[in-house]
Amino acid sequence: MKTVSSLLDAHWYERYKKISRLNIRSSIYDVTDRCNLRCKGCFFFSSGEHERAAEEKDVDKWHAFVEKEMDRGVNLAILIGGEPTLCMDRIEAFYKRLPTFCATNGLIKVDRNRFPNMMVGLSLWGDTEDETILRGQDTFKVTSANYEGDSHAYYLYTITPKQLGKTEKIIQKIENVGLKVHMQLLSNDEDVNGFSWQEEELVAIREEMDGMLDAYPDTVISSKYYHQIITAGKMLGRRFGWNECPSVTISRDNRDPQPKRLTNFIRWASDLKTVHRCCTSETRDCSTCKDGAAHMSWVMVNKRAHIKTTKDLQNWIEVYEMFAKLYQFIPW
Amino acid sequence: MTTDASQTITRIAEIIINELKLEDVTPESFEPDLDLVDEVGIDSMDLATIALVLRDEYGIRIDEDDYPKLTTVRIIADYIDTKLAEKE
Repeated sequence: MKTVSSLLDAHWYERYKKISRLNIRSSIYDVTDRCNLRCKGCFFFSSGEHERAAEEKDVDKWHAFVEKEMDRGVNLAILIGGEPTLCMDRIEAFYKRLPTFCATNGLIKVDRNRFPNMMVGLSLWGDTEDETILRGQDTFKVTSANYEGDSHAYYLYTITPKQLGKTEKIIQKIENVGLKVHMQLLSNDEDVNGFSWQEEELVAIREEMDGMLDAYPDTVISSKYYHQIITAGKMLGRRFGWNECPSVTISRDNRDPQPKRLTNFIRWASDLKTVHRCCTSETRDCSTCKDGAAHMSWVMVNKRAHIKTTKDLQNWIEVYEMFAKLYQFIPW
Repeated sequence: MTTDASQTITRIAEIIINELKLEDVTPESFEPDLDLVDEVGIDSMDLATIALVLRDEYGIRIDEDDYPKLTTVRIIADYIDTKLAEKE
């Protein structure tokens, strides 16, 4: 029987031991139904999720809700949904109790006196041209000024097909303001012309992402196996989709057979009662979903399937390390 | 180790091998002190599956809160023995 120690040398085994017992149990929370941007391709608005539930406005109820979530075993709160920084008091309900990650467009600066260690992911959708087409403005100028040199913030760079050949300029820009970057791919939920991925573009962008990781290892937080999986939509010969996705809300998960999934995962709407189907929108076609976190989690929950060869297991470790760094469970 | 304890260990190993479709190992060759989580990669979903089979086989309930403690075949065997003794 293949075991972890039979496949790894001392160096890799040491890396494995640092992550093997983290036992991360995340859930996702919509903090608001509003945003100060309206980006073309934002799944939250394009799918109508912002109209599914009315925001809970009583902050005491948010505090009580987070307590209940902790009783459910959640040890990582991922805040998304509308723009979380519009409601700092709700963010605080999580931050006071749990490791908390806040996904934001970065236009409003998180007060580091109030949230000194909170991990902040700054969305960036490409260069000035793409940002303007998709988001109505180039956010980088504002967000980089807000977060320059912040050791608890990084860019979530959503790469579009139009970014082919241009990613290095963006990575350099990010490095120059002393921040890290994690790359993901646009799913183009609103079918914006020219922003849907073609097969040959996915092959090319994988190569480019690998090149960025090699060239900027201190700035890019990623792994080549993740690049392979998110561009091909395949892992160990299996295709990503509804039958494989790990990030489905537990109470909405009626799949049979049950795939490997995130333990007790729920994506909550901002009324603190309604749940969404999964970590993105119900209207998205799962077979073409490019959600980075879902693909990362897909690898992570399939640990035993990677205990087959040394390379498979090293790939699994690298993806897990990437996730653990992005959510600050291990240092950069 | 008593014959009963040895049989329990072998039977648990057999259940784990069958349920998780482990290759290149037999119930007899399964190392009872091997760490199932760190070395075999068993997760809470796997443990839930195994717990259901053990419940049917031994008539005991394994609390989900106890999963993190059940890290080797020998520990699972001891856990079952304790639960059975409590029932008597």
